Amino acid sequence: MSEFLMPSLGADMDAGTLLEWRIKPGDSVKRGDIVALVDTDKAAIEIEVFEAGKIEKLLIPEGEKVPVGTPLALISPPGEKQAPAELKPTKEEPILEVAPKAVVERPRATPAARKHELELGLELSDIQGTGKHGVITKEDVEHAAASVSVAVKEKEPQIKASPLARRLAKELGIELAAVQGSGPDGAITRADIERAAAVPEKAVKAPPTAKKPAIPKTATADKQAAMRRAIAAAMAKSKREIPHYYLSTHIDMSKALAFLEEENLQRPLPDRLLPAVLLLKASALAIRKVPEMNGFWLDDGFKPSDDIHLGVGISLRGGGLIAPAIHNADKKDLGSLMTDLRDLVARSRSGGLRSSEMTDATITVTNMGDQGIETVYGVIYPPQVALLGFGKITERPWAEAGMVGARPVVHLTLAADHRASDGHRGGLFLAAIERLLQKPEEL
Amino acid sequence: MSEKELKETILAVLATIAPEADLSEIDPDELLQDELDVDSIDFSNFVLGLYKKTGIEIPERDYPKILSLNGCVAYLLGKAVAS
Repeated sequence: MSEFLMPSLGADMDAGTLLEWRIKPGDSVKRGDIVALVDTDKAAIEIEVFEAGKIEKLLIPEGEKVPVGTPLALISPPGEKQAPAELKPTKEEPILEVAPKAVVERPRATPAARKHELELGLELSDIQGTGKHGVITKEDVEHAAASVSVAVKEKEPQIKASPLARRLAKELGIELAAVQGSGPDGAITRADIERAAAVPEKAVKAPPTAKKPAIPKTATADKQAAMRRAIAAAMAKSKREIPHYYLSTHIDMSKALAFLEEENLQRPLPDRLLPAVLLLKASALAIRKVPEMNGFWLDDGFKPSDDIHLGVGISLRGGGLIAPAIHNADKKDLGSLMTDLRDLVARSRSGGLRSSEMTDATITVTNMGDQGIETVYGVIYPPQVALLGFGKITERPWAEAGMVGARPVVHLTLAADHRASDGHRGGLFLAAIERLLQKPEEL
Repeated sequence: MSEKELKETILAVLATIAPEADLSEIDPDELLQDELDVDSIDFSNFVLGLYKKTGIEIPERDYPKILSLNGCVAYLLGKAVAS
């Protein structure tokens, strides 16, 4: 039996409100399943589970705010017998780490069944074997797969809603389930809640005289204050602890933009690329050459990351910002990166960001070009050790081979942690990004 | 699609990229970027949303024509009639 804890979704989070359970006792979960919706000071985040097992008990009711590290639910590993109820966690157990996986003996199964297990994403230990000596056969796996898909279908549909809509619904006493969503994938938006509130029979607590309920300003203001506090904590920590050094360079974007124009002519509208995608891909590939930019400063030492997960700075319109991750950005082609970027921005707006996206970023890239900004002086998001900033691509006089001409130019800056790297390596990093942007067809 | 239907379609797409906005307060002649504070990714999601709902592909060179709500209605109306 292990405890599923309130995760830390960033250096700026010390508590979270459990908005919604997405599972119930008795449900089987596997790694990556979304089990709960948690409101941080920044956004409502879908929380993933990191181990497979069966949900034994939910320990925290919906609506409760608890500190990071608080046990939220008990999960028994697959194959473990029902644990006695009096099982108590010992004091020595680390609070912030996910409880260790129980050692489960590998179930006996036929090779075909194992292969099938992989294909269908099932856990053999969850399956009852009907073969000789209880050996799991291919048929057993298929049977289990069928019942899983039925179980998924029978699960209550998840309600998607923007964080603002959730808050408003709560304040106005409106059941989300009764509201028709008009957002992406039927997500419920603020407008939907207001519409629902305006219909008398649905607005349970709305005063009958009010034609359009005023949005309570205090709750929004509280949320704003909480967001500012969260950013304040993380940024103060950054400036207090991280000895930043800064480098910058101007990059000629003519080849990259010409490539993009050519490329976009051939791509159908949904696959068209924005310049930001080239900048992200070039950054991700350059990180491979300078790994000391990618990872975390923890316990007085640099812990490099093998994977490259780019945190993308997205400003929230209500105020504040978040930097969810695009996973393995160096391995994705331009089309998938574009899709991921669109998706990430859309979900930052309407709700539906996942816990792994909030915690996995190994470096952050921020692009202030849309605001017309030429240069970004970044503040590193701890425990990361570097932040890249791109400004607006603008036409500038550019001298090359003794000639001056007008070129589209972007100003790239690096803020890096001097504990983890030195200026020379930072310089190589920026030079690598510049070189990659001169050969856009290789991105 | 009538002008009214087109406008509703546009507003529905806008609601997906700016769920927190009160769309009834948009000044139809002002730049959507300023009215809603949308960035380039939001805008490209807007163009993609319009394409999915109307089938009209808006080339990049025409983006300046769809920067306001009224401009967008007029542009799509013209395209719908032309096809």
